[in-house]
Amino acid sequence: MKYGIMINEGPYQHQAADTAFNFVQAALDAGHEIFRIFFYHDGVNNGTRLTTPPQDDRNVITRWSKLAEDKNIDMVICVAAAQRRGIVDEGEKDRNKKDADNIAPGFRISGLGQLIEAGIQADRLLVFGD
Amino acid sequence: MSDEMLNEEGNVQRTKKFMYVNRKAPYGTVYALESLEVVLIGAAFEQDVSVAFIDDGVYQLTKGQNTTDIGMKNFSPTYAALGDYEVTKIYVEKESLEKRGLTVDDLQHLVWEDEDEDYAEKDSIKVVSAEELGQIFADQDIMLNF
Repeated sequence: MKYGIMINEGPYQHQAADTAFNFVQAALDAGHEIFRIFFYHDGVNNGTRLTTPPQDDRNVITRWSKLAEDKNIDMVICVAAAQRRGIVDEGEKDRNKKDADNIAPGFRISGLGQLIEAGIQADRLLVFGD
Repeated sequence: MSDEMLNEEGNVQRTKKFMYVNRKAPYGTVYALESLEVVLIGAAFEQDVSVAFIDDGVYQLTKGQNTTDIGMKNFSPTYAALGDYEVTKIYVEKESLEKRGLTVDDLQHLVWEDEDEDYAEKDSIKVVSAEELGQIFADQDIMLNF
């Protein structure tokens, strides 16, 4: 089965990102394919490398980055949601004249069309959030 | 609208049924606004699109919204553009309206123009019972809840 994943809530504030991560791992272990993970609403906060959780807690962000690298997963942050919340890659930094970027490795910023495309191309689109 | 489109590999693919479910009040959280953004972008993909409003989501369509005192942008006029984006199936749950003392007259009059009938103006909003809406939901391929 080919899955699209949508994550709508921020890390630590809400369990959605943890549940989605566990689902993605289980799906891959079972031989399924992840077409794309799309981060929307406060879910875009899963993609800032500046996050520094306490050392005895899980690191939601580096966990995503490692997953993307190990399993070659396409992880997309919605550009409109990211702009509101200050998630910035190099291109956005230049385009909006900011003094820094903060996107974590393995993530890319793109448009909502990527979500719709995931819905069209995947066999199932799963939404994690409230 | 064609029932088929080409997928990445160039194979013919069936149009999917996308349902956007709005459950929250228009202000207080960003879900309603960011849902509308998805619906408008999604409209460009020539899929079979429906939008539903349930629970406090029915407030999103109320007319005469004034956000001056809360300092937020009043984005409710944008719903009137949905018809131009060929989003013509807008379902409002009857029970959610009734629980809140609302009727369809409290909502914006949303319309679309039917090309096949000489651009006749038709109502987009359909008030349906929870049971009817459940059947409509069961028929969808993609459900996005906001």
